[in-house]
Amino acid sequence: MIPDVQKSSSSGAATMVPEAWTVAERSTETDDTFTLRLAPPEARTSFEFLPGQFNMLYGFGTGESAISISGDPAETDTLVHTIRRVGTVTRALSELRHGDPLGVRGPFGSAWPVERMFGHDLIFLAGGIGLAPLRPAILYALAHRARYGNIVILLGSRSPADIIFLKEIDAWTATAGIEARVSVDRATPDWQRNVGVVTNLIPKAKFDSGKAIAMLCGPEIMMRYSVVELHKRGLDDAQIFLTMERNMKCAVGFCGHCQLGPEFLCRDGPVFRYDRIKPWFSQREL
Amino acid sequence: MNTHSLAPIIRKHAFFAGLDETIIDLVTGCAENVRFESGTVMARMGDAADRFFLIREGRVSVAFPAQQGGSVTIQTLDEDDVVGWSWLIPPYEWQFDVIALRPVRALALDGKCLRQKCEQDPKLGYELMKRFSQAMVKRLQATRLQLLDLYGNGRPDK
Repeated sequence: MIPDVQKSSSSGAATMVPEAWTVAERSTETDDTFTLRLAPPEARTSFEFLPGQFNMLYGFGTGESAISISGDPAETDTLVHTIRRVGTVTRALSELRHGDPLGVRGPFGSAWPVERMFGHDLIFLAGGIGLAPLRPAILYALAHRARYGNIVILLGSRSPADIIFLKEIDAWTATAGIEARVSVDRATPDWQRNVGVVTNLIPKAKFDSGKAIAMLCGPEIMMRYSVVELHKRGLDDAQIFLTMERNMKCAVGFCGHCQLGPEFLCRDGPVFRYDRIKPWFSQREL
Repeated sequence: MNTHSLAPIIRKHAFFAGLDETIIDLVTGCAENVRFESGTVMARMGDAADRFFLIREGRVSVAFPAQQGGSVTIQTLDEDDVVGWSWLIPPYEWQFDVIALRPVRALALDGKCLRQKCEQDPKLGYELMKRFSQAMVKRLQATRLQLLDLYGNGRPDK
């Protein structure tokens, strides 16, 4: 029996009021992607979240943006977000330095149901920064390594310079017995790994289709073609999970900005089992 | 070399999966085992395409000469992949460079030998055409996806 997504309830006025956290550490991942490690306000003793959930990060004086949590769910005394600089808010967040404050609301949304996937082979398939929302699920799986079958990470990126967490992926491969395949669209002369789209990696990945569960995160077009390849390998719709992205504002299903068909991505997603989102996933211009 | 010992390898390779035994025999007669060290140019664009490769182990790059010298890899291929279809299509010249990125073990199939057998045995010819057409369509589709710049989100090249 394939589980559906996990959910935790976020409701009430408190979810609309940002808490002031501070930047404890800022690290650069690529030339447009960075990671913030945040320290909680004094009044807060812990922050629990499920892998795949997101927070609303508020750059004071600028605005809010929905950002997936990329940290370890076992670390409840900090928050980690990996962010790509694409707009006004993320640009403001990129300029934060150690000790700077920012607002946090969350956690919101559904999660990868990793706790209910024991005994399964896991396929983590990411494109570009899509690895960040998958990282908490990967860390959870590695912390419970013996309870899973094969673990496969397939990552596609535009170029070697755009890859995030590559050293960490190599470390996981060396120590946790996982299979990781990384591919870029445009190689540099020193690149010795795969070249080609990430979907090319699916046919050769080592997993048992009968007991595999795939978790996808990346641009929708990448996920669409990945689903096609996963079907060819024998996975059915209920064995595929993916996370959707839309413009989220309230994060609790009030405003409707992130509506997709009958679903509010902030409240009902962002993680969906594919059979649930399928009718809307392939609708053009929705 | 006893080429018949290569039949089990050909039978096991993904490209020839499910192939009729009589066809396996015909193909085996044109095959030989080859190895390439890392960095070896296995085929060069413009050279006579007198063979193709079934990769058993290792990784190769499919590359084009770059304007500034060197080459640009557009795709990598590895275990269970087939490399080269120019042997099947006139003017029988390699359309790209093939460079071993890692030590490669492969089967090399003699293109001229196979072409002659295809002329004599349409069943063999049709079977090979079907398999190479599938490989070509797959590569074409992969190239189209690469052109879509899936992860770029409209960002300019760096």
